[in-house]
Amino acid sequence: MTDAAELRRRTREFLAAHPPAATGRDAFLKARFDAGLAWVHYPEGLGGLGAPRTLQAVVDAELEAAGAPDNDPRRIGIGLGMAAPTILGFGTEEQKRRFLRPLWAGEEVWCQLFSEPGAGSDLAALGTRAVREGDTWVVTGQKVWTSSAHLARWAILIARTDPDVPKHRGITYFVCDMSDPGVEVRPLRQITGEAEFNEVFLTGVRIPDAHRIGEVGDGWRVAQTTLMNERVSIGGARLPREGGMIEPLARTWRERPELRTHDLHQRLLTLWVEAEVARLTGERLRQQLVAGQPGPEGSGMKLGFARLNQAISGLEVELLGQEGLLYDDWTMRRPEGVDFFGRGAGYRYLRAKGNSIEGGTSEVLLNIVAERVLGLPPEPRTDKDVAWKDLAR
Amino acid sequence: MTSPSDLLYTQEEEAVRSAVRSLLADRCDPAALPARAESDRPHDRELWKALTEGMGLAGLLVPEERGGQGATHREAAVVLEELGRAVAPVPYLTSAVIATEALLGCGGEAADLLAALASGRTVGALAVPFATAPGAAFPSARYADGVLHGEVTGVADAAAADVLLVPSDSGLFAVDTGRGGVTVTALTSLDRTRPLAAVTLGAAPARLLTTDAAAAVRRGLRAGAGLLASEQLGLAEWCLTETVRHTKERHQFNRPVGSFQALKHRLAQVWLDVVNTRAVARHAADALATGSDEPDLATALAQAYASPVAVRAAEEALQLHGGIGMTWEHPVHLALKRAKADSIALGTAGRHKEALAGLVALPPP
Repeated sequence: MTDAAELRRRTREFLAAHPPAATGRDAFLKARFDAGLAWVHYPEGLGGLGAPRTLQAVVDAELEAAGAPDNDPRRIGIGLGMAAPTILGFGTEEQKRRFLRPLWAGEEVWCQLFSEPGAGSDLAALGTRAVREGDTWVVTGQKVWTSSAHLARWAILIARTDPDVPKHRGITYFVCDMSDPGVEVRPLRQITGEAEFNEVFLTGVRIPDAHRIGEVGDGWRVAQTTLMNERVSIGGARLPREGGMIEPLARTWRERPELRTHDLHQRLLTLWVEAEVARLTGERLRQQLVAGQPGPEGSGMKLGFARLNQAISGLEVELLGQEGLLYDDWTMRRPEGVDFFGRGAGYRYLRAKGNSIEGGTSEVLLNIVAERVLGLPPEPRTDKDVAWKDLAR
Repeated sequence: MTSPSDLLYTQEEEAVRSAVRSLLADRCDPAALPARAESDRPHDRELWKALTEGMGLAGLLVPEERGGQGATHREAAVVLEELGRAVAPVPYLTSAVIATEALLGCGGEAADLLAALASGRTVGALAVPFATAPGAAFPSARYADGVLHGEVTGVADAAAADVLLVPSDSGLFAVDTGRGGVTVTALTSLDRTRPLAAVTLGAAPARLLTTDAAAAVRRGLRAGAGLLASEQLGLAEWCLTETVRHTKERHQFNRPVGSFQALKHRLAQVWLDVVNTRAVARHAADALATGSDEPDLATALAQAYASPVAVRAAEEALQLHGGIGMTWEHPVHLALKRAKADSIALGTAGRHKEALAGLVALPPP
């Protein structure tokens, strides 16, 4: 049993042995992993100490105070938030030892090959095929909305291994080597002009059976773990008043009196109120988690923020009037993340449109709230007992 | 950034909630409410007695040394959540919150009256129109030679009041409704569970409570507006719960209507609104209780948000109950009437947004 005091002591000892100022970034991160201070709730030998997850905050606070380099969670987000918990939960010992350390240290970037052009919200309908040839799986298909694919060394991939059973049962989960010659990554240019995401074409990609995660045909269950962890990692940051999208709008309002009209004022105040209320709801959720009383409120946070971000950024473009007719830059770029505040109002408006689609569409999330939180009956399913190959496409 | 307010419920607050809820379950049957609202005595005196003399809830805002329970707005807010859920016909918001808070802003002259209101044996009402927002202008009586002259209409729960707190040009006065010179005329109100009345003062004997009527009135109305959000929260929650229950049971087209996505999305949206309202109502109650994080801002924010949510929740409940919701027997109309009246009470959402504009430096054109 590891308690907070013990962890603090361990972290300080580690910092004394590896002073951040005198240790290279990579060496420091790997040593931190080896000391079990990467993610303390992971097992010993895999970057952790088998301690309660909540105690990570103790370690992080000590490291931050000492000016230690972090592992840039933004760059390695998919590996950290989705691949790692899945490998930990379902991987073999060999897979855990091979993948977790370079993943955590940011040495190897991961991406996620789930969504397909024909299977978005209905993810289990996916059609990318994996056919077994001895100890190898041969994978052919197309994936889409893949962030970091052009940087990634590895991908988590779900593919259809049995088309003759209902769609949820014929899926298997793999780790795909992005350097395989059958993998082609093409930038997918979006409405903002940027290519934040990619399309990935898989043509005869050869995946050794040793890179299968979980049982053959059990991929849907494994993917649930991945997706649950994705939702956990969305939201949760603590904001000051006017800390989000409302900030640039309120600033423009204050600095540019010539743009003000009565109609815009009414709409600004309504959105200001909603933004502040959403912030308080987030704060209340945080207080619930700290008090050990997690509620279902988190399910709604992303829905609220998506709608609000779209309404606020839309009003911002309108407030700018003549200037709102201009756009800062249409140059095709490949950013590593979303830069909401480094760009103009037009970019914010266009990019925020993705907020109600990425990580689950608002329509699907409303169904989840209605069914899982309110307990309303599910809609009748017509695809449950039909073999995937017989489904209309 | 000020330290965040405590937005959760304490164990004590949950204990208050469960006591009030079980009392209301026994004594405030929604099915009986329409008949009561139509009667000559819209207020439930027996329920009021149980809440006040039985449980001491009228004195929550009053310190123990002044005859109250020494609790705070946080506990009173929880009581109002439950009363809102039941659309209970008792003068809690008007007497135990607004009038009491106004008296807390007065000096020693108000001590006896404050203790009387805290006991619940005396019911008080602040004699300003119920639509008055904190800080807004209100009618003022004329004082001369120990008596008041004047008229004020639209006073909530005046018909149930033993004492009216009347603002005048010389200060805030107490007027006993049982004595001469006071006429209280019931008005036909949209929300009959919190009826309005017109008050006429013709040489009504009055005693001075404070010379600064504006400050006392403002204080009373601010607490009322801040805690009204909790009543609106309870009401919206009741609407959601009842509608979810109904749509799970009601079958059309060989399916429970609650399985249709069009309805599910609307109910999920009401749920999100209720979740948000809880956070903002708790924030207002905490700000009033602790004086932290600008009670004026927290109150205006809560009213700007909670009023439309409660109306929307009640309107959705009515619509999603189908024809049943349009009937006199089903209590959803009581919730709708209360929600709509609440959206005007103590300042509309628009009025509170205007106040916010000044408080957060977002000035009009």
